Amino acid sequence: MDQHSFANTGKLSRFILRLDRVKIPLWIMGLAMFTLVVPPAFDNLYKTQQERDAITETMANPAMTAMLGTGDLDNYTIGAMTAHQMIVMTAVIVGIMAVLLVTRHTRADEEDGRIEMIRSLPSGRLSYLNASLIVSSGTFIGLALVIGFGLYGLGIESMDLEGSLLYGAALGGTGFVFTGVTAIFAQLSESSRGTIGWSVAILLLAYLFRAITDISNEALSWISPLGWVSKAEVYSSNNWGSILLMLAVSILLFVVANYLNNIRDLEQGFIASKPGRRYASRLLQSPIGLAFRLQRTGFIAWAIGLFVLGASYGSIFGDLESFFEGNEMYQQMLQQAEGASIVEQFIPTLMIVISLIATIPPVMAMNKLRGEEKKERLEHLLSRAVSRTKLIGSYLIMAVVNGFVMISLSALGLWSAATTVMDTGLELGMVYSAALVFYPAMLVMIGIAAFLIGLLPMLTSLIWIYFIYSFFVLYLGNLMQIPDLVGKLSPFGHVPQVPIEDVTFMPLFLLSIIALGLMMISFVGFRKRDSKN
Amino acid sequence: MSVLEVSNLTKKFGKFTALDGVNFEVGSGEVFGFIGPNGAGKSTTIRVLLGILKATEGEVKLFGKDAWNEAVEIHKRLAYVPGDVNLWPNLTGGEVIDLFVKLRGGNNKSRREELIKKFDLDPTKKCRTYSKGNRQKVALIAAFSSDADLYILDEPTSGLDPLMEKVFQECVMDVKNRGKSVLLSSHILSEVEKLCDRVGIIRQGKIIETGSLSELRHLTRTHILVETKQSISSLNELQGIHKIEETDQGLTFQVDTEQLDDVIRHISQFGIEKLESAPPTLEDLFMRHYESKDKSEGKETGGVR
Repeated sequence: MDQHSFANTGKLSRFILRLDRVKIPLWIMGLAMFTLVVPPAFDNLYKTQQERDAITETMANPAMTAMLGTGDLDNYTIGAMTAHQMIVMTAVIVGIMAVLLVTRHTRADEEDGRIEMIRSLPSGRLSYLNASLIVSSGTFIGLALVIGFGLYGLGIESMDLEGSLLYGAALGGTGFVFTGVTAIFAQLSESSRGTIGWSVAILLLAYLFRAITDISNEALSWISPLGWVSKAEVYSSNNWGSILLMLAVSILLFVVANYLNNIRDLEQGFIASKPGRRYASRLLQSPIGLAFRLQRTGFIAWAIGLFVLGASYGSIFGDLESFFEGNEMYQQMLQQAEGASIVEQFIPTLMIVISLIATIPPVMAMNKLRGEEKKERLEHLLSRAVSRTKLIGSYLIMAVVNGFVMISLSALGLWSAATTVMDTGLELGMVYSAALVFYPAMLVMIGIAAFLIGLLPMLTSLIWIYFIYSFFVLYLGNLMQIPDLVGKLSPFGHVPQVPIEDVTFMPLFLLSIIALGLMMISFVGFRKRDSKN
Repeated sequence: MSVLEVSNLTKKFGKFTALDGVNFEVGSGEVFGFIGPNGAGKSTTIRVLLGILKATEGEVKLFGKDAWNEAVEIHKRLAYVPGDVNLWPNLTGGEVIDLFVKLRGGNNKSRREELIKKFDLDPTKKCRTYSKGNRQKVALIAAFSSDADLYILDEPTSGLDPLMEKVFQECVMDVKNRGKSVLLSSHILSEVEKLCDRVGIIRQGKIIETGSLSELRHLTRTHILVETKQSISSLNELQGIHKIEETDQGLTFQVDTEQLDDVIRHISQFGIEKLESAPPTLEDLFMRHYESKDKSEGKETGGVR
């Protein structure tokens, strides 16, 4: 590695920055807003320390710890509250942002042959990698500063400058670490899909590992990068050691990525691709077979992921049970619903999160149709004896089945883990119906995705905005007491809270009818419109 | 003096040998044609030349410098156009051209404008809207507007229309006249014939033939069309005659260049009324090399070289 390996890194950094001049500020602004709206909302809701101490009672249980990470519950100021409830979730989003930004300018550019062009110019072998590392690092320093000063600027008493900057730094540091992780997988994997897949897998693994160790053995959480975020103890003991650890690890990851890049050939990876089949299998030889085949790996990965997600939530039920047994106040507080045990009353809250996450793969499965259209690959099918109805129908069936499998597997995961750790065990039927009540709402989301593809193809990504809206109002709605009506604008807001409430027929029926209607309209729209990219 | 020297270049991807002892060189001011079927190793060779792939064995020197170790220095004097041009979808063609020129360090605004006009490119459009041909134009304009000493062009015209192909050929002739060297990998043999001083044919990772066109033609056959007063007898008994066919215009056949003299002497006995001869095209040469491997037991008369 001589100096030539880095020739033109500066120019390329500026170039990448220019390519992402809209994307990066949007990410930073979005994350800053997501973070900055919360403390004032908390400040409004919990005006006195007494009120805040009261809420710690509901927070101090393993389920919450698994979901949100550890927090300073003895000194639950607005600052500590924000850090406890928001920082780990935000860090996960920052991790995803890092994965997407870095993949775009490493493996994705390489896969498309653009790095070949750059390398034929007098730029060094490692220049493009380092340019994208520089841009990504700059982005996360910017994010840290914007969030740090932004939080301080809110002028809330318990949020001092040091704590605010640490809050920003913890998020920025997470960005650094996942920049490094992605940079390494960009060398190891041969495709950008693989890079994103492996990197996100590491991110989820880090989250799950932290969730499990936070409630079983907190010291072990030091192994997970997402553990370092809560270990920074923002707005309480302000532990900057976490940040140093993040920086040290990311520098190490950067060096490894550079080393790997240096010793490999362009457009090659280390995770070898094996030779493929010589003939198409019977399964592949139809539009629906093709639709499945294109998404098979993702489908399997998501299926495993959701089972594990369900199981990791289920695994805390044992702790939950023993926790409640020793807490009189809780038993009184939650003993409103008849027929459901205390533990079971946590199920709907968990199910909302699980079902929202389980909605991602079926919507992706539907949107794959649009993706194929954009890449002009639908022409190959439509120019042969495949009707448009059959085409969109294939993807719709894929999505509908996908959603059913995902929600079922996560319920099964939750049940099987919960039953093994609990003394009394849970009833499979109860858990399954608590999950399945969300299925009609999922169908509505799939229906909207299909509707957009059929009628408004340019606006396909609107479904994700609606999805994020649903996630926001239903996940945060519980924490921040958002008015009911706002939640009702999402299909998930109409789902009865089984097992606390009964399975009511009407809303589920209406949701299903709406979903069916949207799907039918999508058929008509898709048949009539031009194919466009 | 040669600007490009490749000696005994071998490149392996795992167990697969993509290049197996490739040797050739390109002289200063020379246009070298690099031809071969798909998957023969043309692009791999070019990527080794560019220092993008590291040679497993052998020596590759451009301007006397090692292609891998001194890639950056070499690239300051080199321009490259890939066969499959992928650009950033959200940048305009003009922006990409400027980026490439700037990264090399040169700046020639007037040449850029002239070439944009010549190639009839709208530089204000986003790259995602460009067709394959237009993306190729962007890469060609960026390459030819820079002041390079060696141009490496990997199937640069595969998406261009015939009009643009002509513009491209003018550009190549222009840089040649300025004493620059060109390595042109191509499938379009007429283009190679028109532009190249020398050609190298690669097949299955080996160079199977190099030389000037006239040298190579020596190895192949001349097409003859002849009309005679009396019908020619015992033609097929002669050495080196192939593909005899009776047509409306007369008799056509191919002759091995070494046997040309004997054949002409023989047919002149029958009173020649019309004689047309065409030099062997590169295509014949090309096809003959491929056929020769496939049909080790030739059905044709006459020996396989």
